[in-house]
Amino acid sequence: MTIQITRRAALLGGAGLAAGGLAMPAIAQNAPIRLGGLTTLEGPFATGGQDAYRCVQMELERINNTIGGRRIEFIRESSNAQADVALARARKLIEQDNVDIILGPLSGAEGIALRDYSRTLTGKSIVNGSSGASDTTLRNPSPNFFRFSTDGTQWMAGLGRHIHGLGIREVAITAGDYAFPYAQVFGFNLEFCRLGGKVTQYWAPLGTTDFTSQIAQINRSNAGAVIVVHGGTDGLAFMTQYAQAGGSKPLVGGSIMADQTMLSARGPHRRVMMGMLSGGPIADIIDDPTWTDFVARYRRRWANEGGFASPSIHGVNYVTNLYGILAGLRAVNGDLSGNQAAFQRAMAAAELTAPTGASVKLDHNRQAISDIFLNRIEERGGNAVVVAFDRARAVNQTLGMPEAQFLQLGSPSRDNAGCVA
Amino acid sequence: MRNTILWSLLGLVALLMLPWALPFVLPANEAAFWTANILGRALVFGIIAMSLTFLATYGGFISLAQMMVAGIAGYTLAILVDGAVPHILGGFGYGAAIPLGLLAATLMGLLVGAISVRTRDIYLLMITLALAMGVFRFIETNIAWFNGYEGIRNVVGPTLFGQDFRNPLVFYHIALATAVLLYAGILYLVRTPFGLVLQGIRDNPRRVAALGYSVGLHRIAAFGVAGFIAGCGGILSTIYNIGISPGSIGLGATVNVLIMSVIGGLGHPVGAFIGSLIYTVFDTFAATIYDRDRFNTLIGVVFLAIVLVSPDGAIGIGARLRRLLARRP
Repeated sequence: MTIQITRRAALLGGAGLAAGGLAMPAIAQNAPIRLGGLTTLEGPFATGGQDAYRCVQMELERINNTIGGRRIEFIRESSNAQADVALARARKLIEQDNVDIILGPLSGAEGIALRDYSRTLTGKSIVNGSSGASDTTLRNPSPNFFRFSTDGTQWMAGLGRHIHGLGIREVAITAGDYAFPYAQVFGFNLEFCRLGGKVTQYWAPLGTTDFTSQIAQINRSNAGAVIVVHGGTDGLAFMTQYAQAGGSKPLVGGSIMADQTMLSARGPHRRVMMGMLSGGPIADIIDDPTWTDFVARYRRRWANEGGFASPSIHGVNYVTNLYGILAGLRAVNGDLSGNQAAFQRAMAAAELTAPTGASVKLDHNRQAISDIFLNRIEERGGNAVVVAFDRARAVNQTLGMPEAQFLQLGSPSRDNAGCVA
Repeated sequence: MRNTILWSLLGLVALLMLPWALPFVLPANEAAFWTANILGRALVFGIIAMSLTFLATYGGFISLAQMMVAGIAGYTLAILVDGAVPHILGGFGYGAAIPLGLLAATLMGLLVGAISVRTRDIYLLMITLALAMGVFRFIETNIAWFNGYEGIRNVVGPTLFGQDFRNPLVFYHIALATAVLLYAGILYLVRTPFGLVLQGIRDNPRRVAALGYSVGLHRIAAFGVAGFIAGCGGILSTIYNIGISPGSIGLGATVNVLIMSVIGGLGHPVGAFIGSLIYTVFDTFAATIYDRDRFNTLIGVVFLAIVLVSPDGAIGIGARLRRLLARRP
């Protein structure tokens, strides 16, 4: 009995020592900058997450993983678009992997969770990946959270004005019943209702497959256009049923509606989507040399390794935020000392050009002020592509409204959809 | 018997001392990470898994609603407590909001028990899963009370003896104390007449009914107890996560709790903690050990291996080894 216990104890002790030895970090001179990546490689946005890492890897390879004479070590983590999982991964990156900066996350609720976590940190920075909830930076912002990409409300900038300019005075809005569509509808209504436009909203929970009754109501109404703020399978279902019901009103899409994932799917929806207008931070074709060059490099690097025909919205957002980090690091020559105070000041002051050619700078909440594109779906060489035909420059988070007045409007929700005259 | 108690006490002392022992084998920041984010998280998940293990071991009921019940406690706390964002009701301190959260979870447990009282086996599994998913969908789409998909944030937890609740040492010891109290409570409860009737129901409900006991009431009460246990886990996990969102009680989270219970072993409440520790370690480090795009494969293979090697989970492996050792002359 005694012998067994000793043996067991010895084994346990040995295992403990081994684990300790394995976990010990390699201590090197002129230690590299540790950049933690957090995106979704599982769950509903897995393809977007993979593309985000593709684009980030490409841009890091371009600078040879070095800045200010220091190597950048990129440590990848993955969540599944759930806030608590993202938080657990972020804690692991900061506390176990000892990263200096986190680049991520991808989706809205994760962004808010990480913003809250960043407030509890000192000497670390979290720079957004692609999450687009406006409250992440608008309400209770954290001094350690930076976002060089734009949010869901900003993405609709200019669209309401453009539709009104086409002579359309009344629209029907069909949208998902959750935070991201609220933000998008809010952004559209803010402009459209101000100009005297009238909107009727139809909400449907995420995962709706049957839109026939909604479509029947919309077709009977006086609406001059239909604004579709759905994404993924919901969007596909709406478009298919709208086409089958013989819908003929002009269509306008939210930012995740006019997207290659929709356009590459086969079905009757492609017919009605031709000519569809939309707003967002990217398009497939933007007449800008920076974008043309970025797309060409993306295709060269990833054509044979699973890349898309054109970089995704998530890839572009991650790279825009990476540019923000790199601009900050370049300004301080890779020096993160003093609890990153100088680095964070440099990031807050950074002005850069996103892969799309849009110019980016930050406001006092460390939120991007950047360009938004007005897009139309066109046929080019037998393929449907999203083409940018106009851009709204330097769109801020409140769409030009004074911040106090904008905050007074409250958070976007189904009961507060921004339609104030 | 005395031997078991001795070993349990030794184990408890070891667990109490662990945060001070870790810095000897790990750098300081990693020791803090292990204390709060591996051991603390495993304890919290373990408590929720233990509510399932309690029902399964002593009543023979496999309930998939335990994560949802835990979430009810978390949401009640988040709705009531001051400082949460967005402000839903507020007006309560942690001293009042936490007991109310536990009460809500207990009531939800009783409700789940009452609704599913006539079902067993696969049908019980399905009805509890349906309840969990129904509540999940409701919370996900309800803005007024639960703030929908984004959930309620900034539930930072109370300050205890001048220490922040989420300080790794404080959090770990509170989670440990809660787990130990609940664990001891279960071991006590199953020796009381109530616990014996419960085990009777597991073995032969008809005979228990013939003896004059109300099978239904005992079942509902057992679900209430499990609801309280899950509620404790829900409160701790909400404070640990600085808030709660529907993802914390979704299908993935529900299945994770089942996985923890199964790989730990459904034969004894301690299995829940072993399972949750294995789960947490692999969940955290799989991406470091294995390809980052494919790390779920590693997690799946490990779980499959445990269940294949030992159908009664990790505690079954222990029992098997002991038998192997005993057979030696």
